Amino acid sequence: MNIHEYQSKAILRSYGVNVPEGYPAFSVDEAVENAKKLGTPVVVVKAQIHAGGRGKAGGVKIAKTEDEVRQYAKELLGKTLVTKQTGPAGKEVHRLLIEAGSNIQKEYYLSFVTDRKSSRVVMMGSEEGGMEIEKVAAEMPEKILTETIDPAIGLAPFQAQRMAYGLHLPKEAIRKATKLMMCLYNAFIGKDCSLAEINPLVVTKELDVVALDAKLNFDDSGLFRHPDVEELRDVTEEDPKELAAAKEGLNYVNLGGDVACMVNGAGLAMATVDIIKFYGGEPANFLDVGGDSTPEKIAAAFRIMLDGGQAKGIFVNIFGGINKCDLVAQGIVDAAKIISEDGKSLPVPVVVRLEGTNVERGRQILKDTPIKNVIMAPTMEGGAETVVKLVKEAEQA
Amino acid sequence: MGIYVNKDTKVIVQGITGKAASFHAQQMIDYGTKVVGGVTPGKAGQTACGVPVFNTVRDAVEATGATASVIFVPAKFAADSILEAVDAELDLVVCITEHIPVQDMIRVRRYMEGKKTRLIGPNCPGILTTDEAKLGIIPGYIHKKGHVGVISRSGTLTYEATFQLTAAGIGQTTAIGIGGDPVKGTDFIDALEAFKNDPDTLSVLMIGEIGGTAEEDAAKWIKENMPDKPVTAFIAGRQAPPGKRMGHAGAIISGGKGTAADKIKALNAVGIEVADTVAHIGETVVKTLKKAGIYEKCHTC
Repeated sequence: MNIHEYQSKAILRSYGVNVPEGYPAFSVDEAVENAKKLGTPVVVVKAQIHAGGRGKAGGVKIAKTEDEVRQYAKELLGKTLVTKQTGPAGKEVHRLLIEAGSNIQKEYYLSFVTDRKSSRVVMMGSEEGGMEIEKVAAEMPEKILTETIDPAIGLAPFQAQRMAYGLHLPKEAIRKATKLMMCLYNAFIGKDCSLAEINPLVVTKELDVVALDAKLNFDDSGLFRHPDVEELRDVTEEDPKELAAAKEGLNYVNLGGDVACMVNGAGLAMATVDIIKFYGGEPANFLDVGGDSTPEKIAAAFRIMLDGGQAKGIFVNIFGGINKCDLVAQGIVDAAKIISEDGKSLPVPVVVRLEGTNVERGRQILKDTPIKNVIMAPTMEGGAETVVKLVKEAEQA
Repeated sequence: MGIYVNKDTKVIVQGITGKAASFHAQQMIDYGTKVVGGVTPGKAGQTACGVPVFNTVRDAVEATGATASVIFVPAKFAADSILEAVDAELDLVVCITEHIPVQDMIRVRRYMEGKKTRLIGPNCPGILTTDEAKLGIIPGYIHKKGHVGVISRSGTLTYEATFQLTAAGIGQTTAIGIGGDPVKGTDFIDALEAFKNDPDTLSVLMIGEIGGTAEEDAAKWIKENMPDKPVTAFIAGRQAPPGKRMGHAGAIISGGKGTAADKIKALNAVGIEVADTVAHIGETVVKTLKKAGIYEKCHTC
């Protein structure tokens, strides 16, 4: 789960991380009010969206007067920002962060991430602040310093010091930097983060150490321990179909195309998306319905795929292992009845590939159904080819 | 033969009195697995699936001599169940549970350092050695005895691939689902090493997916350590967009790392053929076996 920068900074502040004073604003007036409250000569107006690269896309503005704050707030609120991470559609700005300006002397990079290989949390730092860390890693990997953290000990002070000296921080900033690292680590662990990234971390001309930007990502599996974090979820940042699916307990990702699929199991679901593309279709979604789905859940999945006219065809790909094909087939037929207006037909062709336990009985159920345009596929590749062909025909018609 | 488990492995089921656990414990018993007990705190003295239930893993081990455990415990408590099994010095722990917090697994892995226990999973379907034993939820009937080992990060893809192998007449030694989480017990290289040391296994099928670099590491390991056992691969997630989690907690392309294209490239670079689609896994394995001249030997069913 992602949250906004201003929310991340509020969490970090509560853990003792030095962040600039700032307040969120949802309107132009509020932005101006906040700037007055800050009373600093320079105020930064920052667009709050769940994507990086905001600065380059014009989402961060430096204001020196109240009028400038008003002007920038007006400009940014409601604007669609297209950054490297938003994709071409961009993201609409609904919130701003109004923040006190900092007197930057030098920018650094600091983060904590989970490292799969060592099964540990790793602290990463670089003197190349402000740059994307992936770019630094690709172009000058020697500029990235890492400290692997023993979970039984936590981040040891000597590791924080080694990082601070390795980054060649000014002498006066070392203690402040190590304190910030310790606090950031505590936040990472305390809130079950999967990423805590400060880019840039800055040393100011006054030799203060400040987290100028902050990005926290959370481990979805750990959210049950953090209802306060769950409350920060901004639904306007999420795909409406993905939100609807999550409410139904479905594992769904919108991929934008028109050939939908419904599959049991995440791995097979990923592979089904791939096979649709392999046969020339544009995948509409990833969808894992799980093995023990009720007709109601399958009906909800159909509705989400069809919503807004997105799916022009649906490929149902089921391998019945523990789950029996006849029960899955019955679930599909019952779900089709639920969403079919006349009880006899579905708005788009549904191609079904069934394999595994009780497959013959499952196929018979689909053969016997009065619902038209449910098409049995004898093989998986046959099913993928058929659904892609039917969608292409529908597009031409 | 096969790896990690066989017909003599004595198994306990942690959380055995739960609905899913007792269903799968019964399936394990029906497959021939030596299930000797179960653990549910507070339910000692009862029986489930015809085996005694104990309050603690240590009690169960002392009474039954079990050396392996399967965990079907809710995510909030599953990490503790793994710790308990490791503390009881079991050889093997298979954790089926999905959605264990990553921080919990990091602590579990730290606790396991220097201990004898091997962990498979979490978030995995378990392990099955054909006609001998199964620990977990893999459907038994699709497996036929043979000489190909199967390693997969995904449950349904394990079944799908095994089904295709069996349909092509290619039997299996052991199929192991290592799980879809980013921090886990057994990774590709561990399982590959076990298959390398198993004289019955002549070839390996590995099924990977987006996220992390375990497939790339495995490719390098295979080239350096297992030249005599041909490997076939499949990678799911070619169409996955960056930054999106595809069902599994570990299935995410982040920071440009973990793409299917990188994995396929790394595997191809060491001469491993990667199936074009999930529907072509069986025939790609057949092709690999024929090329290595062991198709006849591996055509066992």
